[in-house]
Amino acid sequence: MLEGFARFARNRMALFGAAVLLCLLLLVVLTPVIYPDDPFKLAGPALQPPGGRFLLGTDTLGRDVAAEIAYGARTSLIIGVGATLAAIVFGAVAGGVAGYYRGRTETVLMRITEFFQTIPAFIFALLIVAILSPSVSSEIIAIAAVSWPSIARLVRGEFVSLGGREFVQACAGLGASDARIIFNHMLPNCASSIIAVGSLLIGTAILLEAGLAFLGLGDPNVMSWGLIISAGRAVLRSAWWICTFPGIAILLTVLGINLIGDGLNEALNPRLRER
Amino acid sequence: MSQTVLELEKLTIALPSGADRANAVSEIDLVLRAGKVTCLIGESGSGKSLVARSILGLLPRPHVRIGSGRILFEGQDLAVAPQDKMRAIRGAKIGMIFQEPMTALNPLHTIGRQLDEVLRIHTSLGKAARRARVLELIDSVHLPEPDRIIRSFPHQLSGGQRQRAMIAMALLLNPRLLIADEPTTALDVTTQAQILYLIRELQREHGTSVLFITHDFGVVADIADEVAVLQRGTLVERGTAAAVLGAPRHPYTKALIAAVPKLVPPAARPANTQPFIVEARDVAKTYGVRGLFGGRVTRALAGVTMELRRGETLGLVGESGSGKSTLARAITRLMPIDGGEILLGGADIAQLSRRQLRPARKRVQMVFQDPYASLDPRQRIIDIIAEGPIIHGTPPAKAREEAQALLGLVGLDPSAAQRFPHEFSGGQRQRIGIARALALHPEVLVADEPVSALDVSVQAQVLALLADIKARLHLSMLFVTHDLRVALQVCDRIAVMKQGEVVEVAPTAEIFFNPQHSYTKALFAAVPGGTWQDRKAS
Amino acid sequence: MRFARYIGYRLVTALPVIFGIIVLNFLLIHLAPGDAASVLAGESGAATPEYMDELRHKFGLDQSLGMQFLTYVSNMAHFNLGYSYRNDADVSSLILERLGPTSLLMLTAFGTAVALGIILGLVAATGRNSWRDNIISLISLVAYATPGFWLGLMMIVIFSIGLGWLPTSGFDTVGAGHEGWAEVWDVARHLVMPAVSLALFYLALYARLMRASVLEQTGMDYVTTARAKGQTERRIMTGHVLRNALLPIVTIAGVQAGNLIGGSIVVETVFGWPGIGTLAFNALQSRDLNLLLAIFFMSACLIVIINLAVDVIYVMLDPRMEI
Repeated sequence: MLEGFARFARNRMALFGAAVLLCLLLLVVLTPVIYPDDPFKLAGPALQPPGGRFLLGTDTLGRDVAAEIAYGARTSLIIGVGATLAAIVFGAVAGGVAGYYRGRTETVLMRITEFFQTIPAFIFALLIVAILSPSVSSEIIAIAAVSWPSIARLVRGEFVSLGGREFVQACAGLGASDARIIFNHMLPNCASSIIAVGSLLIGTAILLEAGLAFLGLGDPNVMSWGLIISAGRAVLRSAWWICTFPGIAILLTVLGINLIGDGLNEALNPRLRER
Repeated sequence: MSQTVLELEKLTIALPSGADRANAVSEIDLVLRAGKVTCLIGESGSGKSLVARSILGLLPRPHVRIGSGRILFEGQDLAVAPQDKMRAIRGAKIGMIFQEPMTALNPLHTIGRQLDEVLRIHTSLGKAARRARVLELIDSVHLPEPDRIIRSFPHQLSGGQRQRAMIAMALLLNPRLLIADEPTTALDVTTQAQILYLIRELQREHGTSVLFITHDFGVVADIADEVAVLQRGTLVERGTAAAVLGAPRHPYTKALIAAVPKLVPPAARPANTQPFIVEARDVAKTYGVRGLFGGRVTRALAGVTMELRRGETLGLVGESGSGKSTLARAITRLMPIDGGEILLGGADIAQLSRRQLRPARKRVQMVFQDPYASLDPRQRIIDIIAEGPIIHGTPPAKAREEAQALLGLVGLDPSAAQRFPHEFSGGQRQRIGIARALALHPEVLVADEPVSALDVSVQAQVLALLADIKARLHLSMLFVTHDLRVALQVCDRIAVMKQGEVVEVAPTAEIFFNPQHSYTKALFAAVPGGTWQDRKAS
Repeated sequence: MRFARYIGYRLVTALPVIFGIIVLNFLLIHLAPGDAASVLAGESGAATPEYMDELRHKFGLDQSLGMQFLTYVSNMAHFNLGYSYRNDADVSSLILERLGPTSLLMLTAFGTAVALGIILGLVAATGRNSWRDNIISLISLVAYATPGFWLGLMMIVIFSIGLGWLPTSGFDTVGAGHEGWAEVWDVARHLVMPAVSLALFYLALYARLMRASVLEQTGMDYVTTARAKGQTERRIMTGHVLRNALLPIVTIAGVQAGNLIGGSIVVETVFGWPGIGTLAFNALQSRDLNLLLAIFFMSACLIVIINLAVDVIYVMLDPRMEI
């Protein structure tokens, strides 16, 4: 594991991604200090272009765009990470049970997984949020509900291949219980794959969250990047900055996370390393 | 003295920095003559495959490349020849066949198309002429129904058939040199014998020079005219087959030849009259899916009955698909069976639940084939060995103590206990696997091809270890192998399996000198090298 | 003949999926807070009491849950998807008339993403670690992180508002009365930005996948064999590697096609494209759950058909798949 992280450190792109994420985390932590006021409150005259007192301008109601973006970062991270964790837990359990016990259990679980992979993900997430009424928790549930199948398939694949490996058979031959084999032997050996895929999933989750907020399904009580963009649509002609900057924030965040995910994948699963 | 076809002059192949040595091979001198088969023999890591690939410029550049030296062929130095000249030579003047025919053929092209490709690259023959030539070659490698073969895809042929197709492909344009990179290693012993015979036949017919890479001295005895021995990149001995095999001079060659188990059984041992400790009665196992629209069903075991007496070593011998590994796993209850009984010390364990089975686990343990997959890469070896006793209730500290002692028993340094599997060699990992199996003090050891993945010199050491442990701990052993030489030396009785059935069982000497079943006879006849070790020059 | 049997077999296995979606829809209706009838009717106050009663009767909401389910299934099976009070039209016909523009957008976007993605991936892989590989990889990375709706807005800012080259929204220029090729050109001009916004993410995905797939194949043994036969590098790439590398792309393309439908919702909204996406957006605004569920159902059916087509294509390409 340690040598894996050493390899990660040598990857410049991954380091760039880590730097971006670090800045983001700093922003999230320091937001209450830099922008102590509620971002929904009016801060100045409406539709001010960027520069001067308002680094990124103000929106249609006179709110500080920079403050909105700062508070929106927190929302994206909470929902992105929260949904991914939920998806990983649920997906790993489903995939692990299917891959370990095989037989009919596996067939049934995999059919269900395939089903949830077939249905249109964004519309399904949309429906869940609409029905459960928009909030941070309903967004997390919705995004997790469409993200878990890829984790389930990954874990199931790993468990199936590990189950055939001789060291797992040897453990069974020693008389080990299922729990011991799964937790002591199989999970640690697929942890790196799960981490690599999971980190890419965070990026997708953030994009989904932005899309949902853009359509008006975001939690009305929290600031969100997608919300800022949708509010700025009406004045796109005159005040282009309201739509532009939150989008750049989304892009940089997802890019940074994806770079970290790619770096982790290369570091922990060295296969085509010369490539 | 026949003509020189290709000469390697002080060939050195460099490896990238960070490899275990600077050069894969250093200053190799080798002469390949027309009409002669030259075997290049070495163990894993000797660099023999790289030598083969370097001739045609197929080294995985840029990391591995020719450092210095010349490869002289038809007045050219292939080591520095431009790409277009090399392309003209490949497939036309020098042909090559590889070890794994399944992956060496494009899965999406028919056999016919892949053979045709050689003719399209190098000749301007029309479609009909090409087809005729392809059919001619397919016939010469004794593939049945050439018309059907041309339209078949690689996955529709057997391993032996695929290798024949590859040979046909390499010989289409009557090359002066054929390079064969371990072409029979991945094949069953009977198929191997056929392919070796085919190569010799074609070689004699066309006067082709053959460079045959192998690790098996038996193959060398069967097919070589000249031999070169490679040890970790250095050529240590060279000469005619009779000279090198009959009177080897270099200590490494002598050691390698000595390590090859003889194809003659040791003196007959007194009959074992101990009671049975393991019995299989009519054991059946079927794999397969019977879907709605028909499926494929394989009978891995079709009602097998056998017994293992206390204190004896019973060999389970057969080719792939014989069911020997399945039977071994059925006996250790690593695999459920579909019918029959498995008796351990008289009691049927076939249908016991997990929990009921636990105490039985302590009595039967398995040693696995693949030293690289049989140990959890994330566990320290002391924990690997101690895990069994810990599962069965031994306090962890005591279990680790005993594990340390076991490390010594299997010939490993106890101070290496905290290391991880990847820090050990293949032979050492097998020792760790044996230690793990012994930790539970079993009465029966089931060894599933325990030395098949090891080099022949390491093989001898591990076999000696197993024999020593068996005697010391009074174990009974079920020894699964496809290598008849090993079986003859190690086993008291041998059971020959074919397609899920035991076709013959007899004490070792008896089954060797007086085989009853036709398959047993064919199996022994197919072992490469025969009894060449007895034909030493005095 | 075996082929037809395979198609029949796949159709049969697709039925449980469709059934599953119907079950899911049913569960979602009853998961929503409040009376199922008001959920189905949309915004409270928009429906008259007579309409609500009619709704209750039609969906059997005054009967047991089991009966309700059966009624729902039978309605769906007959494509009787209900009535959208807001739009004053049958849901089925609403969806059908919007199908055209959405199909055009999706096909253009998907086709571009697949074709360009494969080409770029191939170019990147063959020039591994060269400047063209690095540029393509960089563009892919950025494109993969870009939200489609934001990209659309930025394109409008630059190309419509800033440069005036392309129209901001709509399917064609209203009131211009174009005919024939002029109409085609007009629609094409309106199609460019929405298609690019939708396609870019998937283009990046396919480029990355194709690059990885090609690199994996070039390390395979059969490539060494081809070299040993004296084949040129070019022919090895086109004759051997390419088709093997495309196989996994076909599979994944099928899976992703479904996600394209979801993506079209935001893109159509941004560009006012008169397709199912805008219909869904309007349904969201007016909380017309029935319409949304119907769109969900239709999209899922579409995906099932696309998956079937992809499976058939895959079987045709890979001789190892025994039907």
